[in-house]
Amino acid sequence: MNLLYFAWVRQKIGKSEEQLAPPVSDVGALIGHLKNLGPNYADAFADLSRIRVAVNQRHAGLDAKIGPQDEVAFFPPVTGG
Amino acid sequence: MQTRIRIQREDFDLNKEVADLTTDGETGAVSSFTGHVRREGDLSTLTLEHYPHMTEAEITRLVAEAGTRWPLTGVTVIHRVGSLRPGDRIVLVAVASQHRHAAFQACEFLMDYLKTHAPFWKEEARGEQHHWVEHRHSDDDAAKRWES
Repeated sequence: MNLLYFAWVRQKIGKSEEQLAPPVSDVGALIGHLKNLGPNYADAFADLSRIRVAVNQRHAGLDAKIGPQDEVAFFPPVTGG
Repeated sequence: MQTRIRIQREDFDLNKEVADLTTDGETGAVSSFTGHVRREGDLSTLTLEHYPHMTEAEITRLVAEAGTRWPLTGVTVIHRVGSLRPGDRIVLVAVASQHRHAAFQACEFLMDYLKTHAPFWKEEARGEQHHWVEHRHSDDDAAKRWES
């Protein structure tokens, strides 16, 4: 699974991208898995109301199904324009 | 409908972009919006980050949605990334149609959705301090009014 992090999520975790093979099948479970990887992850995902998700480059919810071939991105609410 | 979507570090030329939308011979109206970096306090730079590929894909979806709602002849969306300064242009949405009503409405629709859906993030630098701009709930409200 290819994971991408943007903006302050990237800064808190300390990397912009990584490959993991977590034993999960939806986004919510993936976040639970990531929060156990270290305090940097726990900090980034401390408040899920401030986290947005995309699966394969489409906005998705915490209940979205994911598999080993998917690209999952985490980022704050967008602020472009 | 001719669609141009560009994510770039360079500035853009509004006159050229509007001219490029009017070469088809059927366009009767072009409505455009240009967003600039506001001069606020001691803001020195505004750095824009985005999610390459998803940004283009998301804007493409928004333009396609606009095309189902209004009869458009062309749409150009340009969004700058990288380091910008107060007064700099950030974004251009230009919409062409045969008549003004569709061009006005679709331009506003696209800006409202771009603000809430396109994966860009702004980081402000004020002196030595850097902080990420917070999402505005008023932007969500602006986008929601198109749902009814």
